[in-house]
Amino acid sequence: MPAHPERFFADRFGLNAGAMERLLGSTLTGRVEHADLFLEYRISEELVLEEGAVKKAARHVSQGAGVRAQSGERTGYAHTDDLALPNLEEAARQARAIADRSSASAVVAVGHDGAPHDLYRLAEPPIAANLDRKLALLGQMDGAARGLDPRVRQVIATLGSEDVVVVMATPSGWTVGDVRPLTRLNVTVIVEDGAKREIGTYGGGGRVAFDFFLEQDRWKHYVTEAVRQAVIKLHAVDAPAGEMTVVLGPGWPGILLHEAIGHGLEGDFNRKKTSAFSGRLGQPVASELVTVVDDGTIQNRRGSLNVDDEGVPTRRNVLIEKGILRGYMQDRLNSRLMGMELTGNGRRESYAHPPMPRMTNTFMLAGQDEPSDIIRSVQKGLYAVNFGGGQVDITNGRFVFSASEAYLIEDGCVTSPVKGATLIGNGPESLTRVSRVGHDLKLDEGVGTCGKDGQSVPVGVGLPTIRIDRMTVGGTQV
Amino acid sequence: MRDLLADLLAQATRKGATAADAFVVQDQAFSAQVRLGQVDTVKHARDQHMALRVFVGQSVAAASTSDLTAEAMTRLVDEAVSLARVTSPDELAGLPDASLLARDVPDLDLHDPHGHDLPPEEKIELARRCEAAALEADPRITNSEGGDFGDRRARYAYATSHGFSGEYRTSSFSLAVSPVAAQNGEMQRDYWYHGTRKRASLERPEDIGRVAARRTLRRLGARRVKTTEVPVIFDPDMAASLVRHIAGAASGPALYRRASFLVGKLGERIAAPSITVVDDGTIPGALGSRPFDGEGLPVRRTVVVDRGVLSSYLLDTYSGRKLGLPSTHHAARDGSGVSVSTTNLYLAAGATDPVEMIRSVKSGLYVTELIGFGVNGVTGDYSRGAVGLWIENGELAYPVEEITVAGNLLDMFHAVEAVGNDLVFRDRTAAPTVMIGRMTVAGA
Repeated sequence: MPAHPERFFADRFGLNAGAMERLLGSTLTGRVEHADLFLEYRISEELVLEEGAVKKAARHVSQGAGVRAQSGERTGYAHTDDLALPNLEEAARQARAIADRSSASAVVAVGHDGAPHDLYRLAEPPIAANLDRKLALLGQMDGAARGLDPRVRQVIATLGSEDVVVVMATPSGWTVGDVRPLTRLNVTVIVEDGAKREIGTYGGGGRVAFDFFLEQDRWKHYVTEAVRQAVIKLHAVDAPAGEMTVVLGPGWPGILLHEAIGHGLEGDFNRKKTSAFSGRLGQPVASELVTVVDDGTIQNRRGSLNVDDEGVPTRRNVLIEKGILRGYMQDRLNSRLMGMELTGNGRRESYAHPPMPRMTNTFMLAGQDEPSDIIRSVQKGLYAVNFGGGQVDITNGRFVFSASEAYLIEDGCVTSPVKGATLIGNGPESLTRVSRVGHDLKLDEGVGTCGKDGQSVPVGVGLPTIRIDRMTVGGTQV
Repeated sequence: MRDLLADLLAQATRKGATAADAFVVQDQAFSAQVRLGQVDTVKHARDQHMALRVFVGQSVAAASTSDLTAEAMTRLVDEAVSLARVTSPDELAGLPDASLLARDVPDLDLHDPHGHDLPPEEKIELARRCEAAALEADPRITNSEGGDFGDRRARYAYATSHGFSGEYRTSSFSLAVSPVAAQNGEMQRDYWYHGTRKRASLERPEDIGRVAARRTLRRLGARRVKTTEVPVIFDPDMAASLVRHIAGAASGPALYRRASFLVGKLGERIAAPSITVVDDGTIPGALGSRPFDGEGLPVRRTVVVDRGVLSSYLLDTYSGRKLGLPSTHHAARDGSGVSVSTTNLYLAAGATDPVEMIRSVKSGLYVTELIGFGVNGVTGDYSRGAVGLWIENGELAYPVEEITVAGNLLDMFHAVEAVGNDLVFRDRTAAPTVMIGRMTVAGA
C-alpha cells in the first residue's frame, strides 16, 4: 500500500488531477451545485479457524469509483467497478443526467476544510502482517479456550483485516485521500453441559497493527471473556418481564446511545423531519447528568477517520450537553440544505454507495459516581453488561437493544445471571431517566458495525456505568 | 463468461490446484427514490466480480476480485493457491461427487427480457405514483421517507474443474413506499412493498401506496400494555420471520458447529402438527428460484418440517459430509466459499381464516412489526421488540408499541394453535398468519 493515495490512483489508473477535473467538469455542465468523485481500492482478508483447523482463508480485491452530482435536494449517483477512464466518463455522464433537472443554477466550488488528522499511521498495516503469525494466533486461541473449561465443545476464531485507499475529488481541483487500515479478531465458543448448550462471543480491534492483539495479551482476554460468558449462561434463569430499574455496565452497552439518540440525530432524518428529535435543538432530551459526544478523531479507534467519505475532516461533536440537545450529525447535502455546519459525519460503505450522515465513535462522558454505589442503590432491577445488536424506529423513537449477559439486582447486590432479553425504550424519554453516571467511562473493544439503509460502516460506542430508573425488560418471567 | 471461467480454472490447475470452482457475476442496477413528489436520489450501478475457490489436496482457500483483467485473474489464482498451502487439510473438503451435478440448466423463467427497457423517467414515475397514492390517502399522512423503484439484472456463471459449467440470467423489480403519519404530536411510519422477477407482474403503484397508508394510519394512537401472558398472532410477514429462524437452525453449518437448537432433532417432533415448512427452488418465475445451487447441484423441493416433524436439514456438500448426510442442494456460493441458503421458503397454508383466528382471542396481541436481534440460535430463546394491534373480545381494538414478545422458539412452534389460509408470496420467504397459544408480552 502506498503512503500517498493520490499518487496511487494516478500511477495505477492514470487518474491524475487533470483527468479527474475533466470528468467532474463534464459532470458540472448543468445546474449542479455540488459534484464529487470517490475512488476506492480495497484489499481484505479473512481467516477462520474452527474445530482446531483453519477452515477458511480468503482474500478479496475490490475497486471502483462513484460519481455524484447534487442539485437542490436531488442526488444523482453512478458507480462502476471498472476504473478504466471511459467507464468513469460514462458514470459521470449518468450522474449529470440524473441531477440535471433542476431550477437552481449556482455552481458551488468546495474548498479546503482544514488540516487533516493522522489518526492511524501504522508501521505495518494488519493486512500485510505475516500469515503464519496470524494462523498461529488463531491456533493458540483455540487451545486456550479448550484449556479454560472442559465444557468447551467448539471454538470459532476469526481474523479479518483490510486496507482501503480512498481519494475524493471535486471539480475545483480539491483532492483529498486517506489510507484506512482496519482489523478485528473475534472468538465464539459453544459450551455443552449435559443437554444444555450455550454460546459466548467476544472480540476486539480497530485501525491498528496485528501486534495490537498480542500486546497486553488482548487475545487471551477475548478468549477468557467468550468462555466466561458462555459458561455463565448455562446456569441463567429466565429473564424478568416488565418495567424495572436497569443498570448498564461500562463500554459496549453504549450501544444504548447509538440506538436511543444517535440515529435520531443524523441530519437526513431531521432535514426530512421524520425523526422523533426533529426541531428539538436546544431542548432538554436527557437528564442533566448526560453529555454525549460523537468523536471521529480518537487515535486508532474502529469508528475514527482522518476525513469522512466526503473529504471533511472528522471532529468531536457534542450531541447532548448536560441534557440539552446541541447538534445533529451532518454530511454535505444535509448541512447545506439545513444551513448547518459540516461535522465530518458523511460516510459510505464503499464506492457503490452515496454518503449519508453516520456516527463515528459515540459515547457518554464520565460522571462522578462509584460504579459499586450505583448497583447498591437499586433494590430490584437488572444489571446488563453485554449486548448483541440493537435497532431503532427513527420516527416514533422506539428502540431496542438485546442483552446477552445480564444479572438480577436484588437488595443492592448482583445475584443470578439471566437469559438474554431485549430492552425496549423511547429515545427522547429514556435518557431523561438516567439518575446516576459512573466515573468509569470505557470505550468498546472495537467490534461495532452499524447498518443503515443497506450500508454497513464500522463504528464505536462507549459508556460509563449508568442507572436508568425505568425501562422495559423483555424477558419471560412475569 | 463461461470461457473466462474455463481459462481461470485451467490456470488454477496448472498452478497446483487439484480441484477448483469459480463464478463470475455481472449486474446492472437502477434505483430511484421520490420524496414528497420530487426526485430525491437516483442511482445507476454496474458491478462485476469473480471468485475462485481452490483445493490443494484436502486444503482449501478462496479469493475474489472486481478487476477482471488478465493480470488480475493471474493474481487471483496465485493468491488462492498460495493461501490453500497454509490452510489445514480437511478430509471432508472437496467438490461434490461429479455424478450428482446438474446435467442441464432448466429455464425457470427468472429473466425479464424487456422489463428493464423502461426509460429512467418512467421508472421514476412509478415511484412517484406509489408515494402519491400514500400521501393522498388521508390528510394525516403528512410526510414520507420516500417511494422507491428499483430494478436489477444479473448474469451469473459457475463452473468447476470436474466438468460443470452453467449460466443464467435473473431480473428483479421492486416498488416500496414508507409514509409518515402525524396526529396530536405523535408521528408514526410504516411501509409496504412488492418485488417480482417480471415488471409486468409488479402490483400497481397506487395499490402499494394505499396499503402503506393504511398500515401507517393504524399505528396512530399507539399505547403500551401491562406486562402479561396472552395468545400472540403473527401477521404473514412476521410469521415468515419465524420460518427464517427454523431455516437458520436447520442449516448444516449451524448444526455441525452445534450452534443450533435443532441439533440431533432430525426425525423428531419440533412443532405442532399444523406446521409444514417447504423450501422449493424450482418454482418458475419466483424470487428465490435458481436452476442449480452454489455447487452445481440441481435444485429441488425439500420438505423441512412435515406436519410438525423435522424431516430434512438444509445442507451443502461439506456440512452434509460432517453430519454423515447427502447434500440437500442448498449450497450458496460467495466470494469466501460455500455456505447454505434457502430458495423459496414457506410455511404451508392452513385452514383457518385469519379473521376467525382473531375472533377466537379474548385478549391478545396481533404483531405487525418486530425489531431487534434478540434471538439466540443455540438455545432458541426469543425476545424481540414488537409493534401491533391489541385484540379485545375478538376484535383488533387499538395499536400498541414499546412492548416485547418473548418465549423459546421450540416452545413457540409446539404452541402454534392455528395456521392461516392466507399464504401469498411477496418475498423469497413467505408464511400465512400464525397464532401461538401463549407468549410473554412485556410492557408497562
